[in-house]
Amino acid sequence: MTDFNRFGDFQIDVLREIGNIGAAHAATALSQMIQKAVDMKVPQVKIIAFDEIADFVGGAEAIVLTVFLRVEGDCPGNMFFIVDLPSARNLLRQLLGLSESTEEDAPLSEMELSALQEIGNILAGSYLSSLADFTKLNMQPSVPALAIDMAGAILSYGLIELGNSGDFALTIDTAFFEGHEEVEGHFFLIPDPDALETLFTALGVPLDGNY
Amino acid sequence: MEIIKIGMADLGIAKSPDRLRTTGLGSCVGVVLYDATKKIAGMAHVMLPDSSLAKGSDYNIAKYADTAIPELIKEMVHAGAAVRHLVAKMAGGAQMFSFLSGHDTMRIGPRNVEACKAALQQAGIPIVAEDTGGNCGRTIEMDAETGLLQIRTVNQGVKEV
Repeated sequence: MTDFNRFGDFQIDVLREIGNIGAAHAATALSQMIQKAVDMKVPQVKIIAFDEIADFVGGAEAIVLTVFLRVEGDCPGNMFFIVDLPSARNLLRQLLGLSESTEEDAPLSEMELSALQEIGNILAGSYLSSLADFTKLNMQPSVPALAIDMAGAILSYGLIELGNSGDFALTIDTAFFEGHEEVEGHFFLIPDPDALETLFTALGVPLDGNY
Repeated sequence: MEIIKIGMADLGIAKSPDRLRTTGLGSCVGVVLYDATKKIAGMAHVMLPDSSLAKGSDYNIAKYADTAIPELIKEMVHAGAAVRHLVAKMAGGAQMFSFLSGHDTMRIGPRNVEACKAALQQAGIPIVAEDTGGNCGRTIEMDAETGLLQIRTVNQGVKEV
């Protein structure tokens, strides 16, 4: 079993800062894309039971659009970029200039899905590359995959790797929103259990106790 | 009537008129067992196929197909069900993201389904209905009164098996 409880406040602070740096770069990239200010909240680092994983984004049955990237390399893990459907439509409207008359219930077209996948890819990519620069670790994101479905069904996918070593996940969650809250979403990083040690070692952080 | 919620890597039993419910099944598999004569239903939310993959011996038996199903049967019998009356239904085991299908972890949905079938076969319990695979999340609700399993998806609405 991976014992997350051995991490003290100092380690959690370091992880929060990791979320901060990554999400700040991604928020900047998003801000440039939509030409609007994007704010973010203080990252939440949490050790949560598997069941609670979808609570951040409105519960297991909330319908969300997710771009998922598997991170390989020195610090493996799962990265999710999550927005709700109204936010996804607003993103498309602002980026592609799609007409206002687009019906809210109409399914998204191939083109729109592909655009959203690429947006997710750019944002998650900037999150990860800032993290890789900062830690000097090798992190390679996979090809992005997009899904629109129940949050619980999607996020549980990120837990499979963890499932064999315990019942808890350590997640770094950063919420972001555009000024008028037309677009809001989350970056979600779930490092594999062994990746945390690599991460802390690279940053010169002791593995347990306080500094 | 009470709705008993089954979490991820969890299992539970309900007697008529109660219901069992689990939400957001992705690659996980929801297995339900039912004894129609006693109106007792059981549900397990299985996350992984095989307990031999567990690191350490102190693991949650409801998480793995090969340990959750025997445990569910045991609890059903304890609640008064007879093994010879049990039938099984299952839903879930989707592949939420279709890329990278070669990677073993990414095929977890189909592997979970296979493992659940193997465990049920070993226990001699027939599978009377299944809605597995595909690429959509599912929420399921089992009615201990009727034995009907309601399966809800985002795009395909609700069906009962």
